[in-house]
Amino acid sequence: MKDHVELRSGAYADSVTLLQVSRAVQAAPGVVAAQVAMATGLNLEVLEGMGFDIPESSPNDMVVALRLDDDADVATALAAVDAALAPTRPASGDTTVAPPRTTGSALRRTGPGAVALVSVPGASATVEAMDALEAGHDVMVFSDNVPVAEEVALKTYAASRGALVMGPDCGTAVIDGVGLGFANAVRPGRIGIVAASGTGCQQLLALLHHAGADLAARGHDGVGVRHALGVGGRDLSAAVGGTSTREALRRLDADADVDLVVVVSKPPAPEVAEALAKDADALDTPVELGLLGRGQRDLTAVAEAVLARLGHEAPQWPVHGADNTGGATGPLLRGLFVGGTLCDESMLMATEALGPIRSNIPLSDDLALGDELLVDDHTMVDFGDDALTQGRAHPMIDPTLRNEQLARAAADPQTGVILLDLVLGHGAEPDPAALLAPAIAAARAERAIPVVVSLVGTDLDPQGLDATRDALVAAGAEVHLSNASATRRALDLIARFEGAAR
Amino acid sequence: MTETTVVTVGADMFADSVAGQAVGVERVDWRPPMPGTERDLATVATDPRRPEANRTAVEAMLGVTAHLVDVAPASEVLGLEPGQFLHAGPPIEWDRASGPLRGALMGGAALEGLVDDPEDAVALFESGSSVSLEPCHHRSAVGPMAGVVTPSMWMWVLEDRATGRRTYCSLNEGLGKVLRYGAYGPEVLTRLRWMGDVLGPLLQAAVRGTAEASDVTGILTQMLQMGDEAHNRNRAGTLMLLRDLSPAMVGSLEKGPFDAKDVSEALRFIGGNDHFFLNLAMPACKLALDAGRDVPGSTMVVAMARNGTDFGIQVSGTGDQWFTGPAQVAEGLFLGDYGPDDANADIGDSAITETAGIGGFAMATAPAIVRLVGGTVPDALATTRRMHEITLAENPRWSVPVLEFQGTPTGIDVTKVCRTGILPQINTGMAGRVAGVGQVGAGLVTPPAEIFPKALAALAEAAR
Repeated sequence: MKDHVELRSGAYADSVTLLQVSRAVQAAPGVVAAQVAMATGLNLEVLEGMGFDIPESSPNDMVVALRLDDDADVATALAAVDAALAPTRPASGDTTVAPPRTTGSALRRTGPGAVALVSVPGASATVEAMDALEAGHDVMVFSDNVPVAEEVALKTYAASRGALVMGPDCGTAVIDGVGLGFANAVRPGRIGIVAASGTGCQQLLALLHHAGADLAARGHDGVGVRHALGVGGRDLSAAVGGTSTREALRRLDADADVDLVVVVSKPPAPEVAEALAKDADALDTPVELGLLGRGQRDLTAVAEAVLARLGHEAPQWPVHGADNTGGATGPLLRGLFVGGTLCDESMLMATEALGPIRSNIPLSDDLALGDELLVDDHTMVDFGDDALTQGRAHPMIDPTLRNEQLARAAADPQTGVILLDLVLGHGAEPDPAALLAPAIAAARAERAIPVVVSLVGTDLDPQGLDATRDALVAAGAEVHLSNASATRRALDLIARFEGAAR
Repeated sequence: MTETTVVTVGADMFADSVAGQAVGVERVDWRPPMPGTERDLATVATDPRRPEANRTAVEAMLGVTAHLVDVAPASEVLGLEPGQFLHAGPPIEWDRASGPLRGALMGGAALEGLVDDPEDAVALFESGSSVSLEPCHHRSAVGPMAGVVTPSMWMWVLEDRATGRRTYCSLNEGLGKVLRYGAYGPEVLTRLRWMGDVLGPLLQAAVRGTAEASDVTGILTQMLQMGDEAHNRNRAGTLMLLRDLSPAMVGSLEKGPFDAKDVSEALRFIGGNDHFFLNLAMPACKLALDAGRDVPGSTMVVAMARNGTDFGIQVSGTGDQWFTGPAQVAEGLFLGDYGPDDANADIGDSAITETAGIGGFAMATAPAIVRLVGGTVPDALATTRRMHEITLAENPRWSVPVLEFQGTPTGIDVTKVCRTGILPQINTGMAGRVAGVGQVGAGLVTPPAEIFPKALAALAEAAR
């Protein structure tokens, strides 16, 4: 081994740089040990400790001390020192701004009017939503499986800050014409919606949009939805007590551009419904309460009541492909839904006409379906229910499971009519007819089972309402815009079959 | 309702759908939290006390101005008795103490005259009969590296004038073979004796003789704009302190007992030790953080400290409880032919600087030392920005010019650490693992991840 020590007067680098240089040189071929350092007392001590013999120096000298293998080239090692000392980095663009890691961090980068949309797994949704509320922002929580106690805590805190919690399990909102989650693209107007139900809200959006277009063609502007604020399916339960509904009503009441508010919800807790009616009465803006339940109006009737309050007659709700439909091919009705509220609405109507309906979201516990979704009875299945979305995407995004059940229902000789829904809009799959139309055609290939579809969408939706409808009609379906209308049609077909059989 | 911008967290398709409507979208790069923390995170998030508690803790911390009011022996200002030893980090006993802590204790015992030869102190500490160990933090003090404080050591005394609260720290010995890195050779003890006999009294005379007490918080504000991050680089701060104190040090010559040679030696000592100011930065940070302690419901970390074996944190909402895990070995550069095997695990109370939002958290302002672990200037900017993800506030006084004078990320939030998995970045020196060796390098280190879920669980328990 041989040592090479040299002093470089006037050379300077900070100690950290030099430690790094030393490390780089140590890795060079033939180098046993290397220390490049300013000749301070401490460094000289270290160098002497390593066994180097250092000539007289001042702290302003740079010491290059190398210990090399006998056959190593000193010049090569010094070249390694020079290379390590040379500045290597050109000025570079700013690559140091990483995306935000929390909702709170993201909101620090946006303006005060920003809305947060939370769709992380339910176990983490509350934490993200709290970030938004703490920063004074409204939040929509699409996530489901959020414990009710957390929902109450979120909404209690939001109320103290005048913020709005849309959700948890809120599928749909439209704010100033911007659709969040699963939402239809609608013509702006002067109606406000408060919805404890995503697909219920979407049905209203679609119907009011259609009516508005119809009226506009006849010179009446202004029928359309300005905001649709979701509140989550549990908001009007006794546990939650309607906190978000109250805040949403307050917002819409304060908005000078809202003439009428409509509230749509699955059946609320009676005491909450009572309090809600009182709150609604106290507002300056008229409120139409569209609370679903036995003996209550269907969503289409609610839309018609809204139109009536604005002084308009309801249009004829469109139906296409009625010619496709022959008589029922069996005694049983099979409803296969992606929208929970649409399934509910159809069950309520069907129960009155046909008696009890078996379902995975039954109207009473004794009617619950187990794992088997196809039984020897009238059945209606909500494929958007939590139990059927575990480990897979919502059927509005991935229709595989429903299409499988469609084939099974068609193969059952007892099946008389198949009732389906299809929901368009932001967030839904880009071309839903591409998979559903062939599935319908296949279902009708053996025998012409009536397939009645409620197609919930608008002509502004990204999927194209007309194209989707035409594809379904071409596959043999009868397509309604109103789910109530579609359901009535299906019930009528079953009733006729029973009449004929009798 | 106003024009809408949407922040999305979760499914990308919803962000795409909003962007498709020509609306501004800020996407959160969300990842699952640290394993098993979801339930506690939700509990703490919905603790109704938390938002206000954190605001209270942050405001209290940011409201503190630390003034240098005195220099005096630990026996006087801390009531430290012979045989009592303070040390860095959470509580620890001799049998679990690391090499550098043992070395510093042995040197400290010799300094106090409990033994003649530091080596003899091993038996003394093993018996444990006439000696006791206690964390600096339990006495309103902080100590760099081993942080050993003995009764005769002179301490900086910092005060928050608004509340009268005080914190303390020993005087910095310099680099290399020094007590705080676990060295206890004769030269170490000789230097400490000089510091006790000359430097301490001179500084006391200077501080007491300076009409306007030094505003340590203010010096920190300035040094952060002069390339110091106040943990591994204290060069500008040291010079500003020297500027404040040297007139009165020279002025003390009139009264004696020190002569010009003493003053000259003291000035040279301070000026020759770029880390001299660290021992003022640390108690200034502690003074601020102590004001944020004991706010029920607050998730703010008020201390991070290491004893060479354990890394511990204390949190505002959980009082004096320490949450500890194994201290890590820093990654960095080594002096001479020392290597990673020679380094002890992380040690020292100096992570109080990061706890207060400087040190590693202010890396962006100290580009001169970014190469500590082969880092680059962009890395430094990214580090400071990343720390904003886990902190509650920006310090309006401590700003970083290169980041458009954004305040340093201040007030580590236990919940944000658990949510993001981002660990506090600490700049540190490395002590040799064998007692007596001294410093072997410097680098970067993080706390053990597990201590944050532990603290979170205690916060959740307190919230239920």
